[in-house]
Amino acid sequence: MAEEVKLFGALESPFSCRVVIALKMKGVQYEYIEEDLPHKSPLLLKYNPVHKKIPVLLHNGKPICESLVILEYIDETWKGTPIFPQDPSDRATARFWAQFLEQKCLPTLWKACCWKGEGQEKAKEEAYELMKMLDNELEGKRFFGGDTIGLVDIVGNFIGFWYGIVQEITGVELWTKEKFPRLCEWIDEFVKCTIVKENLPPREKLLAYFRTRLRGAAASK
Amino acid sequence: MADEVILLNFCPSVFGMRIRIALAEKGIEYEYREEDLKNKSPLLLKMNPVHKKIPVLIHNGKPVCESLIAVEYIDEVWKEKAPILPSDPYQRAQARFWADYVDKKVYAAARNVWATKGEEQEAAKKEFIEILKVLEGELGDKPYFGGETFGLTDISLIGYYCWFYAYETFGNFSIESECPKLIAWAKRCMEKESVSKSLADPHTVYDFVLGVKKRLGLE
Repeated sequence: MAEEVKLFGALESPFSCRVVIALKMKGVQYEYIEEDLPHKSPLLLKYNPVHKKIPVLLHNGKPICESLVILEYIDETWKGTPIFPQDPSDRATARFWAQFLEQKCLPTLWKACCWKGEGQEKAKEEAYELMKMLDNELEGKRFFGGDTIGLVDIVGNFIGFWYGIVQEITGVELWTKEKFPRLCEWIDEFVKCTIVKENLPPREKLLAYFRTRLRGAAASK
Repeated sequence: MADEVILLNFCPSVFGMRIRIALAEKGIEYEYREEDLKNKSPLLLKMNPVHKKIPVLIHNGKPVCESLIAVEYIDEVWKEKAPILPSDPYQRAQARFWADYVDKKVYAAARNVWATKGEEQEAAKKEFIEILKVLEGELGDKPYFGGETFGLTDISLIGYYCWFYAYETFGNFSIESECPKLIAWAKRCMEKESVSKSLADPHTVYDFVLGVKKRLGLE
Protein backbone atom coordinates (compact mmCIF):
# COMPACT_ATOMS: atom_id res chain seq x y z
CA MET A 1 0.00 0.00 0.00
CA ALA A 2 1.40 3.40 -0.92
CA GLU A 3 2.27 5.59 2.00
CA GLU A 4 0.52 8.93 2.33
CA VAL A 5 2.34 11.67 4.23
CA LYS A 6 1.05 15.22 4.53
CA LEU A 7 2.38 18.16 6.50
CA PHE A 8 0.22 21.12 7.50
CA GLY A 9 2.66 23.95 8.08
CA ALA A 10 3.38 27.64 7.73
CA LEU A 11 6.38 29.13 5.97
CA GLU A 12 7.14 31.59 8.75
CA SER A 13 7.02 28.99 11.53
CA PRO A 14 10.25 27.51 12.92
CA PHE A 15 8.16 24.63 14.34
CA SER A 16 6.91 23.76 10.87
CA CYS A 17 10.45 24.07 9.45
CA ARG A 18 11.78 21.53 11.99
CA VAL A 19 9.44 18.90 10.60
CA VAL A 20 10.38 19.74 6.99
CA ILE A 21 14.09 19.30 7.83
CA ALA A 22 13.40 15.97 9.57
CA LEU A 23 11.32 14.61 6.67
CA LYS A 24 13.99 15.67 4.16
CA MET A 25 16.72 14.05 6.31
CA LYS A 26 14.83 10.78 6.04
CA GLY A 27 14.07 11.22 2.34
CA VAL A 28 10.31 10.97 2.96
CA GLN A 29 8.00 12.02 0.10
CA TYR A 30 5.21 14.19 1.41
CA GLU A 31 2.56 16.68 0.41
CA TYR A 32 2.96 20.11 1.98
CA ILE A 33 -0.11 22.16 2.81
CA GLU A 34 0.53 25.80 3.65
CA GLU A 35 -1.86 27.12 6.27
CA ASP A 36 -2.87 30.78 6.37
CA LEU A 37 -2.59 31.12 10.13
CA PRO A 38 -5.14 33.87 10.73
CA HIS A 39 -7.62 31.68 8.78
CA LYS A 40 -6.98 28.10 9.80
CA SER A 41 -8.49 25.45 7.57
CA PRO A 42 -11.30 23.15 8.81
CA LEU A 43 -8.96 20.21 8.15
CA LEU A 44 -6.29 21.60 10.49
CA LEU A 45 -8.87 22.17 13.22
CA LYS A 46 -10.13 18.63 12.67
CA TYR A 47 -6.65 17.09 12.95
CA ASN A 48 -5.50 19.23 15.90
CA PRO A 49 -8.64 19.99 17.90
CA VAL A 50 -6.71 20.34 21.18
CA HIS A 51 -4.19 23.05 20.25
CA LYS A 52 -5.47 24.12 16.80
CA LYS A 53 -1.90 24.75 15.66
CA ILE A 54 0.59 23.80 13.00
CA PRO A 55 2.61 21.74 12.37
CA VAL A 56 0.48 18.63 12.02
CA LEU A 57 1.89 15.56 10.33
CA LEU A 58 -0.67 13.25 8.76
CA HIS A 59 0.58 9.72 8.13
CA ASN A 60 -1.86 7.44 6.33
CA GLY A 61 -4.69 9.57 7.64
CA LYS A 62 -3.52 9.64 11.28
CA PRO A 63 -2.50 13.01 12.75
CA ILE A 64 0.53 13.66 14.94
CA CYS A 65 0.78 17.09 16.61
CA GLU A 66 3.46 19.09 18.48
CA SER A 67 6.78 19.45 16.66
CA LEU A 68 8.90 17.60 19.25
CA VAL A 69 6.44 14.68 19.29
CA ILE A 70 6.49 14.67 15.48
CA LEU A 71 10.30 14.56 15.39
CA GLU A 72 10.31 11.49 17.66
CA TYR A 73 7.65 9.86 15.44
CA ILE A 74 9.61 10.56 12.25
CA ASP A 75 12.80 9.10 13.72
CA GLU A 76 10.98 5.96 14.90
CA THR A 77 9.01 5.43 11.70
CA TRP A 78 11.57 5.99 8.97
CA LYS A 79 15.08 4.53 8.85
CA GLY A 80 17.97 6.43 7.32
CA THR A 81 19.77 9.43 8.76
CA PRO A 82 19.19 9.32 12.54
CA ILE A 83 17.77 12.39 14.25
CA PHE A 84 18.14 11.08 17.81
CA PRO A 85 21.28 9.44 19.26
CA GLN A 86 21.20 5.67 19.87
CA ASP A 87 22.44 5.44 23.44
CA PRO A 88 19.71 6.03 26.08
CA SER A 89 21.87 8.43 28.10
CA ASP A 90 22.70 10.48 24.98
CA ARG A 91 19.02 10.44 24.00
CA ALA A 92 18.06 11.79 27.42
CA THR A 93 20.68 14.54 27.05
CA ALA A 94 19.41 15.46 23.57
CA ARG A 95 15.81 15.58 24.81
CA PHE A 96 16.97 17.73 27.75
CA TRP A 97 18.55 20.37 25.51
CA ALA A 98 15.61 20.28 23.09
CA GLN A 99 13.30 20.99 26.01
CA PHE A 100 15.65 23.70 27.30
CA LEU A 101 15.55 25.43 23.93
CA GLU A 102 11.80 25.12 23.65
CA GLN A 103 10.69 25.95 27.19
CA LYS A 104 13.37 28.40 28.35
CA CYS A 105 15.12 29.96 25.37
CA LEU A 106 12.15 30.56 23.09
CA PRO A 107 10.01 32.67 25.47
CA THR A 108 13.01 34.47 26.95
CA LEU A 109 14.45 35.48 23.58
CA TRP A 110 11.10 36.88 22.52
CA LYS A 111 10.84 39.02 25.66
CA ALA A 112 14.47 40.11 25.36
CA CYS A 113 13.98 41.30 21.80
CA CYS A 114 10.41 42.51 21.73
CA TRP A 115 9.33 43.74 25.13
CA LYS A 116 10.11 47.24 26.38
CA GLY A 117 11.31 48.66 29.69
CA GLU A 118 12.33 46.82 32.85
CA GLY A 119 10.88 43.50 31.72
CA GLN A 120 13.08 43.60 28.65
CA GLU A 121 16.27 44.29 30.62
CA LYS A 122 15.56 41.40 32.96
CA ALA A 123 14.83 39.13 29.98
CA LYS A 124 18.10 40.16 28.31
CA GLU A 125 20.06 39.19 31.43
CA GLU A 126 18.30 35.85 31.50
CA ALA A 127 18.90 35.38 27.77
CA TYR A 128 22.66 35.90 28.22
CA GLU A 129 22.70 33.20 30.90
CA LEU A 130 20.84 30.78 28.64
CA MET A 131 23.12 31.53 25.66
CA LYS A 132 26.15 30.90 27.88
CA MET A 133 24.80 27.44 28.73
CA LEU A 134 24.32 26.65 25.04
CA ASP A 135 27.77 28.00 24.24
CA ASN A 136 29.30 25.71 26.89
CA GLU A 137 27.36 22.72 25.57
CA LEU A 138 28.92 23.22 22.14
CA GLU A 139 32.49 22.85 23.43
CA GLY A 140 34.49 20.58 21.15
CA LYS A 141 31.51 20.07 18.83
CA ARG A 142 30.61 21.36 15.39
CA PHE A 143 26.91 20.79 16.01
CA PHE A 144 24.93 19.95 19.15
CA GLY A 145 24.53 16.51 17.56
CA GLY A 146 28.31 16.15 17.08
CA ASP A 147 29.70 16.02 13.54
CA THR A 148 26.29 16.16 11.93
CA ILE A 149 23.04 17.84 12.85
CA GLY A 150 20.62 16.10 15.18
CA LEU A 151 17.58 16.77 17.31
CA VAL A 152 18.97 19.72 19.27
CA ASP A 153 20.27 21.52 16.17
CA ILE A 154 16.89 21.10 14.46
CA VAL A 155 14.98 22.34 17.52
CA GLY A 156 17.44 25.24 17.83
CA ASN A 157 16.53 26.47 14.36
CA PHE A 158 14.90 29.58 15.78
CA ILE A 159 18.27 30.65 17.18
CA GLY A 160 20.05 29.56 14.04
CA PHE A 161 17.92 31.62 11.71
CA TRP A 162 14.74 33.23 13.00
CA TYR A 163 16.25 35.26 15.78
CA GLY A 164 18.96 36.70 13.55
CA ILE A 165 16.11 38.33 11.64
CA VAL A 166 14.17 39.39 14.76
CA GLN A 167 17.31 41.02 16.14
CA GLU A 168 17.92 42.82 12.85
CA ILE A 169 14.45 44.36 13.03
CA THR A 170 14.42 45.20 16.75
CA GLY A 171 18.06 46.34 16.92
CA VAL A 172 18.65 44.09 19.94
CA GLU A 173 21.92 42.14 19.82
CA LEU A 174 21.84 39.11 22.09
CA TRP A 175 24.88 37.25 20.79
CA THR A 176 28.25 38.35 19.53
CA LYS A 177 31.38 36.39 18.62
CA GLU A 178 33.09 37.87 21.67
CA LYS A 179 30.43 36.83 24.15
CA PHE A 180 29.41 33.44 22.74
CA PRO A 181 32.00 32.32 20.18
CA ARG A 182 30.89 28.69 19.90
CA LEU A 183 27.23 29.60 19.56
CA CYS A 184 27.98 32.08 16.78
CA GLU A 185 30.10 29.50 14.98
CA TRP A 186 27.26 27.01 15.32
CA ILE A 187 24.85 29.52 13.79
CA ASP A 188 27.19 29.92 10.78
CA GLU A 189 27.55 26.15 10.38
CA PHE A 190 23.83 25.57 10.85
CA VAL A 191 22.62 27.87 8.09
CA LYS A 192 25.37 26.61 5.72
CA CYS A 193 24.40 22.98 6.23
CA THR A 194 22.74 21.77 3.01
CA ILE A 195 19.66 20.15 4.48
CA VAL A 196 18.96 23.30 6.49
CA LYS A 197 19.87 25.85 3.81
CA GLU A 198 17.55 24.25 1.27
CA ASN A 199 14.59 24.26 3.64
CA LEU A 200 14.68 27.60 5.40
CA PRO A 201 12.03 30.14 4.43
CA PRO A 202 13.22 33.02 2.22
CA ARG A 203 14.82 35.76 4.30
CA GLU A 204 12.72 38.51 2.73
CA LYS A 205 9.48 36.74 3.61
CA LEU A 206 10.53 36.34 7.24
CA LEU A 207 11.64 39.97 7.45
CA ALA A 208 8.27 41.11 6.13
CA TYR A 209 6.38 38.76 8.44
CA PHE A 210 8.19 39.93 11.59
CA ARG A 211 8.03 43.58 10.64
CA THR A 212 4.25 43.32 10.48
CA ARG A 213 3.99 41.24 13.62
CA LEU A 214 6.25 43.48 15.70
CA ARG A 215 4.51 46.60 14.47
CA GLY A 216 1.24 45.07 15.58
CA ALA A 217 2.72 44.13 18.98
CA ALA A 218 4.16 47.62 19.46
CA ALA A 219 0.88 49.23 18.52
CA SER A 220 -1.04 47.18 21.05
CA LYS A 221 1.29 48.06 23.99
CA MET B 1 28.22 -4.76 37.58
CA ALA B 2 25.35 -3.69 39.82
CA ASP B 3 23.49 -0.57 38.79
CA GLU B 4 23.67 2.42 41.09
CA VAL B 5 20.47 4.42 40.97
CA ILE B 6 19.83 7.51 43.08
CA LEU B 7 16.79 9.77 43.03
CA LEU B 8 17.10 13.34 44.32
CA ASN B 9 13.58 14.43 45.16
CA PHE B 10 11.23 16.51 47.29
CA CYS B 11 8.32 14.50 48.64
CA PRO B 12 5.33 16.63 47.51
CA SER B 13 6.68 17.05 43.95
CA VAL B 14 4.37 15.58 41.29
CA PHE B 15 7.40 15.42 39.00
CA GLY B 16 9.37 13.30 41.47
CA MET B 17 6.38 10.98 41.82
CA ARG B 18 6.54 10.21 38.09
CA ILE B 19 10.07 8.89 38.42
CA ARG B 20 9.24 6.98 41.60
CA ILE B 21 6.32 5.28 39.84
CA ALA B 22 8.46 4.36 36.81
CA LEU B 23 11.22 2.92 39.02
CA ALA B 24 8.64 0.94 41.02
CA GLU B 25 6.94 -0.35 37.86
CA LYS B 26 10.28 -1.73 36.70
CA GLY B 27 11.20 -3.09 40.14
CA ILE B 28 14.42 -1.06 40.22
CA GLU B 29 16.21 -0.68 43.53
CA TYR B 30 17.40 2.82 44.21
CA GLU B 31 18.57 5.19 46.90
CA TYR B 32 16.05 7.91 47.68
CA ARG B 33 17.40 11.26 48.87
CA GLU B 34 15.06 13.98 50.07
CA GLU B 35 16.29 17.49 49.25
CA ASP B 36 15.76 20.55 51.41
CA LEU B 37 14.81 23.05 48.69
CA LYS B 38 15.88 25.99 50.85
CA ASN B 39 19.31 24.44 51.18
CA LYS B 40 20.02 22.44 48.02
CA SER B 41 22.74 19.81 48.26
CA PRO B 42 26.03 20.20 46.37
CA LEU B 43 25.16 16.96 44.57
CA LEU B 44 21.89 18.39 43.26
CA LEU B 45 23.59 21.58 42.06
CA LYS B 46 26.33 19.54 40.41
CA MET B 47 23.93 17.07 38.74
CA ASN B 48 21.47 19.73 37.54
CA PRO B 49 23.52 22.89 37.02
CA VAL B 50 21.15 24.27 34.38
CA HIS B 51 17.89 24.25 36.33
CA LYS B 52 19.09 23.40 39.89
CA LYS B 53 15.81 21.54 40.43
CA ILE B 54 14.52 18.20 41.56
CA PRO B 55 13.82 15.54 40.55
CA VAL B 56 17.14 14.24 39.27
CA LEU B 57 17.73 10.59 38.47
CA ILE B 58 21.37 9.58 38.78
CA HIS B 59 22.26 6.29 37.04
CA ASN B 60 25.81 5.05 37.58
CA GLY B 61 26.92 8.61 38.27
CA LYS B 62 25.24 10.17 35.23
CA PRO B 63 22.33 12.56 35.80
CA VAL B 64 19.03 12.54 33.93
CA CYS B 65 17.00 15.70 34.53
CA GLU B 66 13.38 16.55 33.75
CA SER B 67 10.82 14.00 34.92
CA LEU B 68 9.29 12.82 31.62
CA ILE B 69 12.75 12.53 30.06
CA ALA B 70 13.80 10.41 33.05
CA VAL B 71 10.70 8.20 32.70
CA GLU B 72 11.49 7.57 29.00
CA TYR B 73 15.11 6.88 29.94
CA ILE B 74 14.00 4.31 32.53
CA ASP B 75 11.76 2.67 29.93
CA GLU B 76 14.62 2.47 27.41
CA VAL B 77 17.26 1.14 29.81
CA TRP B 78 15.09 -1.37 31.69
CA LYS B 79 13.11 -2.52 28.71
CA GLU B 80 12.40 -6.15 29.63
CA LYS B 81 9.75 -5.46 32.27
CA ALA B 82 6.51 -3.46 32.43
CA PRO B 83 6.77 -1.26 29.30
CA ILE B 84 5.76 2.33 29.95
CA LEU B 85 5.50 3.36 26.30
CA PRO B 86 3.74 1.21 23.70
CA SER B 87 5.79 -0.30 20.86
CA ASP B 88 3.78 1.18 17.98
CA PRO B 89 5.17 4.60 16.88
CA TYR B 90 1.72 6.16 16.45
CA GLN B 91 0.59 5.02 19.92
CA ARG B 92 3.89 6.33 21.31
CA ALA B 93 3.23 9.69 19.67
CA GLN B 94 -0.23 9.84 21.27
CA ALA B 95 1.22 8.99 24.70
CA ARG B 96 3.88 11.71 24.33
CA PHE B 97 1.33 14.24 23.06
CA TRP B 98 -0.91 13.79 26.10
CA ALA B 99 1.98 13.73 28.58
CA ASP B 100 3.09 17.01 26.97
CA TYR B 101 -0.47 18.36 27.31
CA VAL B 102 -0.41 17.55 31.03
CA ASP B 103 2.91 19.37 31.37
CA LYS B 104 1.81 22.40 29.39
CA LYS B 105 -1.54 22.87 31.08
CA VAL B 106 -2.08 21.23 34.47
CA TYR B 107 0.65 22.66 36.70
CA ALA B 108 0.06 26.33 35.96
CA ALA B 109 -3.74 26.02 36.10
CA ALA B 110 -3.61 24.08 39.37
CA ARG B 111 -1.24 26.58 40.96
CA ASN B 112 -3.63 29.40 40.17
CA VAL B 113 -6.38 27.51 42.03
CA TRP B 114 -4.55 27.55 45.36
CA ALA B 115 -2.55 30.73 44.91
CA THR B 116 -5.39 33.16 44.15
CA LYS B 117 -8.57 34.47 45.77
CA GLY B 118 -11.96 35.82 44.82
CA GLU B 119 -12.76 36.37 41.15
CA GLU B 120 -9.29 35.33 40.05
CA GLN B 121 -9.70 32.03 41.87
CA GLU B 122 -13.12 31.41 40.32
CA ALA B 123 -11.61 31.88 36.86
CA ALA B 124 -8.71 29.61 37.82
CA LYS B 125 -11.05 26.86 39.01
CA LYS B 126 -13.02 27.07 35.77
CA GLU B 127 -9.86 26.80 33.65
CA PHE B 128 -8.53 23.92 35.76
CA ILE B 129 -11.76 21.92 35.43
CA GLU B 130 -11.85 22.58 31.67
CA ILE B 131 -8.37 21.09 31.34
CA LEU B 132 -9.34 18.05 33.43
CA LYS B 133 -12.44 17.60 31.26
CA VAL B 134 -10.30 17.54 28.11
CA LEU B 135 -8.21 14.80 29.74
CA GLU B 136 -11.36 13.00 30.82
CA GLY B 137 -12.56 13.15 27.23
CA GLU B 138 -9.34 11.61 25.99
CA LEU B 139 -9.57 8.85 28.60
CA GLY B 140 -13.10 7.98 27.48
CA ASP B 141 -14.13 4.53 28.62
CA LYS B 142 -10.61 3.12 28.64
CA PRO B 143 -9.19 1.89 31.95
CA TYR B 144 -5.99 3.88 31.37
CA PHE B 145 -4.99 6.62 28.95
CA GLY B 146 -2.98 4.16 26.86
CA GLY B 147 -5.81 1.61 26.82
CA GLU B 148 -5.56 -1.63 28.76
CA THR B 149 -2.18 -0.91 30.29
CA PHE B 150 -0.91 1.82 32.60
CA GLY B 151 1.58 3.99 30.74
CA LEU B 152 3.30 7.31 30.16
CA THR B 153 0.25 9.58 30.15
CA ASP B 154 -1.12 7.98 33.32
CA ILE B 155 2.27 8.43 34.99
CA SER B 156 2.45 12.07 33.89
CA LEU B 157 -0.91 12.91 35.48
CA ILE B 158 -1.53 10.66 38.50
CA GLY B 159 0.82 12.53 40.88
CA TYR B 160 -1.59 15.48 40.82
CA TYR B 161 -4.25 13.25 42.43
CA CYS B 162 -2.64 13.59 45.86
CA TRP B 163 -2.79 17.37 45.40
CA PHE B 164 -6.55 17.33 44.70
CA TYR B 165 -7.43 17.49 48.40
CA ALA B 166 -5.40 20.71 48.73
CA TYR B 167 -6.95 22.22 45.55
CA GLU B 168 -10.47 21.30 46.69
CA THR B 169 -9.97 22.66 50.20
CA PHE B 170 -8.34 25.93 49.17
CA GLY B 171 -10.66 26.32 46.20
CA ASN B 172 -13.79 25.16 48.00
CA PHE B 173 -14.98 22.86 45.22
CA SER B 174 -15.28 19.19 44.36
CA ILE B 175 -13.26 17.81 41.48
CA GLU B 176 -15.13 14.48 41.61
CA SER B 177 -18.49 16.14 41.03
CA GLU B 178 -17.11 17.74 37.84
CA CYS B 179 -14.91 14.89 36.61
CA PRO B 180 -16.17 11.59 38.05
CA LYS B 181 -14.55 9.44 35.35
CA LEU B 182 -11.17 11.00 36.00
CA ILE B 183 -11.47 10.31 39.73
CA ALA B 184 -12.47 6.71 38.95
CA TRP B 185 -9.34 6.46 36.80
CA ALA B 186 -7.20 7.88 39.62
CA LYS B 187 -8.59 5.36 42.12
CA ARG B 188 -7.90 2.58 39.63
CA CYS B 189 -4.28 3.77 39.37
CA MET B 190 -4.01 3.93 43.17
CA GLU B 191 -4.76 0.17 43.30
CA LYS B 192 -1.33 -0.34 41.78
CA GLU B 193 1.37 -0.58 44.41
CA SER B 194 3.81 1.38 42.25
CA VAL B 195 1.41 4.34 42.44
CA SER B 196 0.11 4.10 46.00
CA LYS B 197 3.66 3.86 47.37
CA SER B 198 4.91 6.77 45.24
CA LEU B 199 2.26 9.40 45.87
CA ALA B 200 2.53 11.68 48.88
CA ASP B 201 -0.14 11.73 51.56
CA PRO B 202 -2.77 14.37 50.62
CA HIS B 203 -2.62 15.90 54.11
CA THR B 204 1.16 16.26 53.85
CA VAL B 205 0.63 18.04 50.54
CA TYR B 206 -2.05 20.28 52.06
CA ASP B 207 0.27 21.27 54.92
CA PHE B 208 3.04 21.99 52.42
CA VAL B 209 0.80 24.23 50.31
CA LEU B 210 -0.43 26.01 53.44
CA GLY B 211 3.19 26.67 54.35
CA VAL B 212 3.94 28.07 50.90
CA LYS B 213 0.84 30.29 50.99
CA LYS B 214 1.90 31.69 54.37
CA ARG B 215 5.45 32.28 53.19
CA LEU B 216 4.27 34.07 50.06
CA GLY B 217 1.60 36.04 51.94
CA LEU B 218 -1.17 34.40 49.92
CA GLU B 219 -3.67 33.54 52.64
